[in-house]
Amino acid sequence: MVSRTTDDYLAMVTAGCQTVCEPAFWAGYDRTSADGFFDYFRQLTEYEPKRAAKYGLDHYCWICLNPKEAEDLSLAEEVLKIIPQFLDCPNVLGVGEIGLNKNSRNELKVFERHVDLAARREELILVHTPHLEDKLKGTKLIVDALKADSRINPGRVVIDHVEEHTIELVLDAGFWAGMTLYPESKCTAARAVDMIEKYGNERLWMNSACDWGVSVPLAVPRAALEMRLRGHDLREIDKLVFANPLKFLSQSKKFRSPM
Amino acid sequence: MTRDRVLELYFMEARSKVIDLAAFLDRLDRAGNGKDFRIDALHKALKELQDGKPERAKRVLLSLSDPTTEPLGAATTKAASGAWPGAK
Repeated sequence: MVSRTTDDYLAMVTAGCQTVCEPAFWAGYDRTSADGFFDYFRQLTEYEPKRAAKYGLDHYCWICLNPKEAEDLSLAEEVLKIIPQFLDCPNVLGVGEIGLNKNSRNELKVFERHVDLAARREELILVHTPHLEDKLKGTKLIVDALKADSRINPGRVVIDHVEEHTIELVLDAGFWAGMTLYPESKCTAARAVDMIEKYGNERLWMNSACDWGVSVPLAVPRAALEMRLRGHDLREIDKLVFANPLKFLSQSKKFRSPM
Repeated sequence: MTRDRVLELYFMEARSKVIDLAAFLDRLDRAGNGKDFRIDALHKALKELQDGKPERAKRVLLSLSDPTTEPLGAATTKAASGAWPGAK
């Protein structure tokens, strides 16, 4: 989706959320011009931070052309021209969520163009990996493309939506791994905590899906509860839901710790 | 976490999911016969649960995944179906 509801923001703040990081996403339809992206990027950088602030929530975002709209190369090039001015905005943490959706050649070209932009500007990168049957192949293509660019520091890249069959690919290559939590269909809180127990808690974070399908704004607090029910102590929980994201995001000079 | 605690926290949920799966397959049968790559993939994935070996979740995900390595010529849809149509 392109915006949290007011109820979502209120629930998140009530549950203890301090900061929200919103990646540039697909609007539910393909935008027909770069102007459509320009307007959306204004929403992310101008209006949404003010909306979130009314609830005491710090709002940051990531800017890009989402991989779902990357098949049209000429449109992608137009959008890439307007992205740099938005990367300079005070609430923009970097380039994202770039990546692949159906693992096509054009998607890969547009992904590499975004990576080049991020490398030239030394921006943090947030990567979307494809869903379901496309995730394994897409994650491999993404990791290979990032490793092939010597300018990319894996410690400044988070590869999101990992699951049990892709998490090792990401962590072994030195990247941060994001586990996106869904109430159904993809990674649940229980499975995310399984992965933490198996792979450790370094370079890992959890985030709540904000998708067009069913998603829960309180997914991260619920995952914290899942950890507590399993006997993880408060320090371990804090590392996953607060310290790790803080460590990664603090690599951006624009990010301010809420503490 | 102890084995008892795992059972206490998750057995009922797992039981419910197995029954949901069984009911889904019954529902599908009542809707008529026919082949579908997604159902074939589901039956293949179910075998991963029965061999007593570890990493079942990972192996189920792998069995449902596109194993090819070359990018597609073009994306003709945005959605994923949950199983790879090219599986034999």
